Amino acid sequence: MAANFNSADIAAFKNVWVFCEQRQGKMMPTTFELISEGRKLADELGVQLCGILLGDNVDGIAKELGGYGADKVYVCNSPLLKNYTTDGFTKVIVDTVEDLKPEILLFGASNIGRDLAPRCAARLHTGLCADCTHLDVDLDGYVNFLRTGSSLDVDNMSFESKLFDVNKNLKMTRPAFGGHLMATIVCPRFRPAMATVRPGVMKKRVYDEALANKVEIIHPAFELNAEDVQTEVLEVVKAAKKMVDLIGADFIVSVGRGISKDVEGGIKLAEQLAEELGGVVGSSRACVDAGWISADHQVGQTGKTVHPKVYVALGISGAIQHKAGMQDSECIVAVNKNDTAPIFEVADYGICGDLFKIVPLLIDSIKAAKAAK
Amino acid sequence: MDFHLTKEQLLVRKMYREFAENEVKPLAAEIDEEERFPMETVEKMAKLGMMGIYFPKEYGGAGGDVLSYAMCVEELAKVCGTTAVIVSAHTSLCCAPIFEHGTEEQKKKYLPDLCSGRKIGAFGLTEPNAGTDASGQQTTAVLEGDHYVLNGSKCFITNGNVADTFVVFAMTDKSKGNHGITAFIVEKDFPGFSQGKHEKKMGIRGSSTCDLIFEDCIVPKENLLGQEGKGFKIAMQTLDGGRIGIASQALGLGEGAIDEVVKYTQERVQFHKRLSQFQNTQFQIADMHTRMQASQFLVYSAAMKKQNHEPYSMDAAMAKLYAAESASDVTRRAVQLFGGYGYTREYPVERMMRDAKITEIYEGTSEVQRMVIASHLGVK
Amino acid sequence: MKIIVTVKQVPDTSGKVAVNPDGTLDRASMQTIINPDDMNAVEAALKLKDELGCKVVAFTMGPPPAEGMLRELMAMGVDEGVLVSAREFGGSDTYATSQIIAAAIDTYGVDDDDIILAGRQAIDGDTAQVGPQIAEKLHLPQVTYAGEIKKEGNTLTVKRMLEDGYMTIKVGTPCMITCIKELNTPRYLSVGGAFEAYSKPLSVMDYNALKDHPLIDATTIGLKGSPTNIFKSFTPPQKGVGLMLEGADKGTTDKLAGILASKHII
Repeated sequence: MAANFNSADIAAFKNVWVFCEQRQGKMMPTTFELISEGRKLADELGVQLCGILLGDNVDGIAKELGGYGADKVYVCNSPLLKNYTTDGFTKVIVDTVEDLKPEILLFGASNIGRDLAPRCAARLHTGLCADCTHLDVDLDGYVNFLRTGSSLDVDNMSFESKLFDVNKNLKMTRPAFGGHLMATIVCPRFRPAMATVRPGVMKKRVYDEALANKVEIIHPAFELNAEDVQTEVLEVVKAAKKMVDLIGADFIVSVGRGISKDVEGGIKLAEQLAEELGGVVGSSRACVDAGWISADHQVGQTGKTVHPKVYVALGISGAIQHKAGMQDSECIVAVNKNDTAPIFEVADYGICGDLFKIVPLLIDSIKAAKAAK
Repeated sequence: MDFHLTKEQLLVRKMYREFAENEVKPLAAEIDEEERFPMETVEKMAKLGMMGIYFPKEYGGAGGDVLSYAMCVEELAKVCGTTAVIVSAHTSLCCAPIFEHGTEEQKKKYLPDLCSGRKIGAFGLTEPNAGTDASGQQTTAVLEGDHYVLNGSKCFITNGNVADTFVVFAMTDKSKGNHGITAFIVEKDFPGFSQGKHEKKMGIRGSSTCDLIFEDCIVPKENLLGQEGKGFKIAMQTLDGGRIGIASQALGLGEGAIDEVVKYTQERVQFHKRLSQFQNTQFQIADMHTRMQASQFLVYSAAMKKQNHEPYSMDAAMAKLYAAESASDVTRRAVQLFGGYGYTREYPVERMMRDAKITEIYEGTSEVQRMVIASHLGVK
Repeated sequence: MKIIVTVKQVPDTSGKVAVNPDGTLDRASMQTIINPDDMNAVEAALKLKDELGCKVVAFTMGPPPAEGMLRELMAMGVDEGVLVSAREFGGSDTYATSQIIAAAIDTYGVDDDDIILAGRQAIDGDTAQVGPQIAEKLHLPQVTYAGEIKKEGNTLTVKRMLEDGYMTIKVGTPCMITCIKELNTPRYLSVGGAFEAYSKPLSVMDYNALKDHPLIDATTIGLKGSPTNIFKSFTPPQKGVGLMLEGADKGTTDKLAGILASKHII
């Protein structure tokens, strides 16, 4: 391969970059999570954190990135970048990366991030780790993460490697095999080390106006012609109905296969309970696959990762894929007919019984408890 | 005997299982409750070649084999006895006699529509006064120029209300007894042919069962199946094949009940123990499974012999006798293991028990199977 | 015109997953299935075949038993199978895998009016990277997350799903489209198909068949050619068992509501 520019001298690569995804001139919320996480990594490496923002006249939304920790934002404006295209965005990012040589490049694992990042990684000839849920540079931080986040006996393990500097390389941790296994991936021989990061996982920092005022906005030179883009965007349509905001919800009431004997009734009960709690309705994959509820309700490995204050699982057996998306909820309540359902292994409070009988009672009890306060 | 399934058979079985689980099981309780024929399932099965599994492609069949057909009925019956018998009666009792005894013209005319499931087939032998004693046929057929005129009626005809094509038996010469019976292919639209009302049954309630009525019914001469006077032989040979289908249905019903029992007894707790932890449960299930496994060997063996054109009449009789009686026994025990819940329609085992009973009765009662087996052994 | 579909045999992660003491997956104890999103790609290909009568060729990379999966797809209507299989290809990450499959597809040949379809992602890794990376290596345009595909001449109009809506994208052949569950409902294999499947053509592309392709050399394939490496793998910790409330009546729900209220959760 010709492209050994990024493997011959990896020390030439410096700084942490975050691809700042915007749609129709509005920053995607995940970008702020990534900037916040990128700040941590940049500090661990003692380097700068840079955003790279592509669009058409998007300078106006660049400054806010500083408020979450970006030192610099590279803004690439072009009418050809107004709508996302794989070809256009890939070319500009790859050319800029080859030019400015970041050592780490992060993307949100959105439908666009997961289209763009692999294409860029393939063109750059570097490694990409998909859908990460944890990132570390410092080894100590990583070991501490494993201490609570794994079943490994970290004190009796070696983390040394003859092949690379374990204290400088990005350690990218992600679930695999539907969440049954976690894998930490490294990309020691090529730069930048690339990752897509699962939305909703990284914590957003507190916005700091003073930092926002200090951010440096740079317009790197780039070349992009109409013929570079092989696809044509005919229209961009926002979903008419409001998407369920699972990620931001404090209370989630989710339904599973247990509603099968009366699907409509089961969903209605979940809605009533969610309304009483001031939350939203979620679902297991089974219900989405069966067509009982739309995919934007899905919690789990292939759905959304949530951490509400209370997660109520109704008739959800608790397959590991589902648990992967909700087990970090602050409080988990499970109702299931089967007392051996795996959901009870992660539940703080469990009731073994028929959800169709229990939910109406629970709604009454919550009403009464609230009234008594 | 080699009981290893071929790669092709393993492939189709995988499909049958997925199809049964996703398309058939969700409807099973509903069609039973409503006594509704599941036409939508027949249309789906037709697309997948399940209505003409072992017939050659030149006649619109799927080019499969008899064992693949038996496995299809078995897998369907695991979740729905009704759907299983639709395929069995259509295939064994209508497609098969036309394929085995029809002229080239008849095969070309009738099989493509039947095998592709565009038309459904049925079989009319039983009469109010000719059940187990099928030779007592009272329906008559008289040749008048270029057509026969049929008069009489048939009863308990599976697929009767939904079928387009019927293989029907009638007396052309009463003086010759069995040798006076002749087979015909009758179309629903023939003048003088009509279907009676839907019969209300104990089990397989979604399956269509009705009388066929012939009032000076005109059947063209070219619709004579086989030869005049050979009808009884055709009927008996057809039933030999049909018994493989019904045995497969019984097999599936028993196996399906065991699947439910295994699941339920691991969930249900009494006396602080799962039912599965009680030795009675373990022994019951072991016996149930052993009976169904033995049934499967008999059924598959009969199917393979038919496929290989070996004599299989006694094998089919033994398979049906043993599978049917096992299915009745196993489904009854399944209800017992479920206890009160098993008796309710909340769970499928009571339906399976009702469905299983018919396998001891139709296409030759268990007593008839014993007669067939004994006579093959020369015990007369 | 032909349609190439890339498919993968994966362990069924929805069932019981066994993990070895060393933190690796006990693959031997697991059922394998055809990756679900790939089935949507196959269905999309077969729909186009029903409409246009074109040939559908399935490519997979994996160990020899993956032939069984290709036969199953043939029983659904796929015309031909290519099994890319060699010890040298083992241990490949998504980059190296894409490199190999792209080389295999290129060796087979891509015509101007061809379409390549892939599943969005495989359930073992959930990376969604191989489709786009094959497209990059073949220098083809890509549209991922296809929820609807319409073909007119050599132009495809694809409804590309986003989290908050969709884009409609026009793309010319040859191109790579990755398919999602919402695109269609995969058909069952048919009885007739099953009895024909084992007489359809299936070829194996091993290391020798591909080694002279410009995309293939020791530094770009297999474990050694993979830019990423696994540093550690482990199982997530199990959360401690919580409180199982007695009963399933009003008393039980009152107790739960009381606990939640006392902890100021509600």
